[in-house]
Amino acid sequence: MTKSTVSPRLAPNRLERFFEDAKPAYSYAEARIEAQRCLNCHDAPCVKHCPTEIDIPKFIGQIASGNTRGAATTIFEQNMLGASCARVCPVEEMCVGACVYQGFNDQPIAIGRLQRHATDEACADERATGRRLFTPAAPIGRKVALVGAGPASLACAAHLALAGAQADIYERDGVPGGLNTTGVAPYKMKAESSLAEAEWLLSHGARLIAGVAVGTDISFASLLDEYDAVFIGVGLAEVRTLDLDGPGVWAATDLIRAIKTEQRFALPPGVRRAVVIGGGNTAMDIARELAMLGVKKVTVAFRRREAEMSAYAHEWVGARSYGVLLRENLRPLAVVHRDGALYAARFEETDSGREIELACDLLALAVGQDVGMQAMEAGVRQNANGTVWVDPTTRRTSVGRVYAGGDCINGGREVVDAAADGRIAANAMLAEWKAEKNGG
Amino acid sequence: MADLRINFCGIESPNPYWLASGPPTNSGEQVMRAFDAGWGGAVWKTLGDPIVNVNSRFGAMDIAGAKVAGFTNIELITDRPLAVNFEEMAAVKKRYPDRALIASLMVESRSEWREIIRRSEDAGCDGIELNFGCPHGMCERGMGSAVGQEPRVLAEITSWAREFSSIPVLVKLTPNVGDILEPGLAAVGSGADGLSLINTIKSVIGVDLERMTPLPAVSGEGTHGGYCGPAVKPIALHMVGALSRDARIAAPLSAIGGVTTWRDAAEFLALGAASIQVCTAVMHKGYRIIEDLVEGLSEFLDANGMASVGELSGRATPNFLEWGDLDLNYRVVADIDADACIGCQLCYTACLDGAHQCIHINQAPCHAWHGEPDHGQGVRARVANPVEHEAPAQSDARVPWVDEAECIGCNLCELVCPVPGCITMREVSVDTRRQSWNERVRGTAL
Ligand SMILES: Cc1cc2nc3c(=O)[nH]c(=O)nc-3n(C[C@H](O)[C@H](O)[C@H](O)COP(=O)(O)OP(=O)(O)OC[C@H]3O[C@@H](n4cnc5c(N)ncnc54)[C@H](O)[C@@H]3O)c2cc1C
Ligand SMILES: Cc1cc2nc3c(=O)[nH]c(=O)nc-3n(C[C@H](O)[C@H](O)[C@H](O)COP(=O)(O)O)c2cc1C
Ligand code: SF4
Ligand code: SF4
Ligand code: SF4
Repeated sequence: MTKSTVSPRLAPNRLERFFEDAKPAYSYAEARIEAQRCLNCHDAPCVKHCPTEIDIPKFIGQIASGNTRGAATTIFEQNMLGASCARVCPVEEMCVGACVYQGFNDQPIAIGRLQRHATDEACADERATGRRLFTPAAPIGRKVALVGAGPASLACAAHLALAGAQADIYERDGVPGGLNTTGVAPYKMKAESSLAEAEWLLSHGARLIAGVAVGTDISFASLLDEYDAVFIGVGLAEVRTLDLDGPGVWAATDLIRAIKTEQRFALPPGVRRAVVIGGGNTAMDIARELAMLGVKKVTVAFRRREAEMSAYAHEWVGARSYGVLLRENLRPLAVVHRDGALYAARFEETDSGREIELACDLLALAVGQDVGMQAMEAGVRQNANGTVWVDPTTRRTSVGRVYAGGDCINGGREVVDAAADGRIAANAMLAEWKAEKNGG
Repeated sequence: MADLRINFCGIESPNPYWLASGPPTNSGEQVMRAFDAGWGGAVWKTLGDPIVNVNSRFGAMDIAGAKVAGFTNIELITDRPLAVNFEEMAAVKKRYPDRALIASLMVESRSEWREIIRRSEDAGCDGIELNFGCPHGMCERGMGSAVGQEPRVLAEITSWAREFSSIPVLVKLTPNVGDILEPGLAAVGSGADGLSLINTIKSVIGVDLERMTPLPAVSGEGTHGGYCGPAVKPIALHMVGALSRDARIAAPLSAIGGVTTWRDAAEFLALGAASIQVCTAVMHKGYRIIEDLVEGLSEFLDANGMASVGELSGRATPNFLEWGDLDLNYRVVADIDADACIGCQLCYTACLDGAHQCIHINQAPCHAWHGEPDHGQGVRARVANPVEHEAPAQSDARVPWVDEAECIGCNLCELVCPVPGCITMREVSVDTRRQSWNERVRGTAL
């Protein structure tokens, strides 16, 4: 068995560094003013709309009182990925969307930015003073293998390590973080923030074994032999391509990954018109990123109507604010190349049946990712759509000692869902071991 | 347009607003700018034997982001030569003959009082204000609040001033007393033409936890200061009202303490003030606050059919009673406007923990006590029997509702609700007639 611990490192000169934060960090003065507006609601609706159920009024009150470390502790106790969630969560659809101020003066509390402030400041304080927010418990003699080093596994491993268990994360890539590092839009979070967070999470005692693909380099069965439990956090599988291919045609996630992580990556010179196929959040992300990179005309081609797009309203508004255009009712047919270069994308107008061409130098496909676990042969029961079936209260799979969380169980949701799964699974394992011990 | 002019024991002013004695009235140049902005009068920074000040000398208390809710200072009286002050006062009066110019004075001996009053009159002042209020620095030297707290000394000095002065004499009272009527009666009894109140309240505004120093800090050490600003308004209102309703006090009252808006001023006027003085709000926001102080008051008088400031003055005084004269049979209950409610449930928490456990929410079982009271005999379980209250049919999931039969009408919920007008207190008609505690006690005594 090959085990290599690759130190998490990113290429310098990444294109993502060009992007500015859409929601920049607060100064303490700004954070305090915002925090003081929070009403400290009873049975707060914002908390109910946070998948990790962070005690939001409590941590905001702690920012207001100047207890920033306490605020961060409140956040991390529920969500070890509180720092990245603060940046990437679609808060408009979650906590902020539920804030009671929505019904009053339409100026809801900026919960995400406050969370970023608390977690950033507290982690900076840790580095400056050496005083840790959390100290791991004494070893309890249990060890867990986690497959994939995305948000789900990182959260699970951190909770386990703090409870005194050994947590070994097997990651096929060289760097941890999963889509948090390679996928989320760079105006929300840069890859380096995701890596810094992963490093912080691992610093509580978990181990990263990078460059090892489970199923290929090491078998799933051998993990079950060696460990007390296994957590599956492999995310989604390959992207769909609609059989469109050739120069200038990209899978959106590959293009985003290149922008975020590749050294000296740049859009080919002369890209002036781009077409993005899709209507979900990934389509919105890549369309906005291309527009921000200076592509003159970016058109989203969606096969149904605007109202039917699965993208969040605020993401579409965000893309539009950079001049992104929308063409509705277009079913992609083929790509047209001329002189070895992309020339246009051909569509059928579903309402008229007519065929049209949209001229473009770049085509990005954002039509979803498949859920696929076949390669791993973990033997766990899967739902009809390919997602891993888990017990809703424990995240345990159909196979004993095997747990799962994140995109591979929900088919592709948010980082915060993965963070919640990681905590719930870790607690379920700990509870099970405790019961075993008490029972015999 | 209502008539904003006032005549305060002979001192005329185009509007009831005067700058209180303090930093905004330090110099002629400042007072002239204030008069240009529209202030009706100014009480000059207290004159006396020039002193030496320490630094820093101010401190402020911010509440939940609201800056300078309370303010403190350890500044003394003027630190500029008397001759310069009088020269500038004369120039101000000459240029602004229609504004009220009042000299605030604080000296020790009878001869010093005679001298400084003469010089004030020579400078053209319309009146003098005896500063018996400063609670720090000057009182240690037997002046300021050391005088204001001793009715006999206060009476004696007031009578000197009355004897020497041909212009109206105002006495500025300190709030650092048990009963404001004592110095108030002493002042009018010895000839004061008017009373100004309040001066600042003895206080420590805070502690610097890094340097372990009371604030404001003077080189790592601190002392108590004089508290003022918006936070002291309720104390000042009470003292003004207490003097205003006492039949023995006929002298007009110049109200001071936390006035920031025309509404504050209107409240002081309604409780019996005849003029208004402002210090902290000007230090915080500048002379230009006079614009809305004037416009807002004028608008208020017009809207309420009052032709002059005098018509407002004292309107609320007859309704300011002792507790024992209030009606024990009056009843109100809280009413929640479900359409305005944003579902924060602050009222629920407040009534549950801080009032009478009669606001309920629909989803959760109610944690209020629903068992029989045990009159302190045994241990009372925290939640004896969580009850599912039956919510009114129309109510929205997060809108709380009030159990009217249980509501005692304390109005805590109304106060904590963040949405203006969402919770109101509705009068409930009761059959029994009005009866106060004093009436009840008299009834049983008979
Ligand atoms: C373009 C894009 C933008 C997004 N933007 C947002 C956003 O703004 N906000 C938000 O909350 N969410 C966003 N998401 C979703 C979010 O990134 C995911 O929900 C989240 O990362 C899921 O975490 P995970 O741990 O389940 O999986 P992943 O993040 O996918 O991590 C899985 C990890 O497992 C590794 N792996 C897979 N198979 C193996 C194997 N056999 N052996 C070893 N390692 C393996 C992978 O290399 C990867 O590192 C976005 C997703 C995409 C694609
Ligand atoms: C910095 C400062 C200095 C003051 N100096 C004097 C003074 O010299 N003489 C005086 O009678 N009152 C003085 N006062 C008290 C004010 O005139 C006034 O009575 C008090 O501040 C309450 O009013 P306010 O709440 O509008 O500030 C001073 C107040 C402050 C804040
Ligand atoms: S709903 Fe809004 S105001 Fe209420 S606790 Fe949450 S963030 Fe604060
Ligand atoms: S405090 Fe006001 S807004 Fe909040 S729940 Fe109660 S009635 Fe509604
Ligand atoms: S008035 Fe007092 S007792 Fe009545 S509902 Fe409000 S808080 Fe409760």
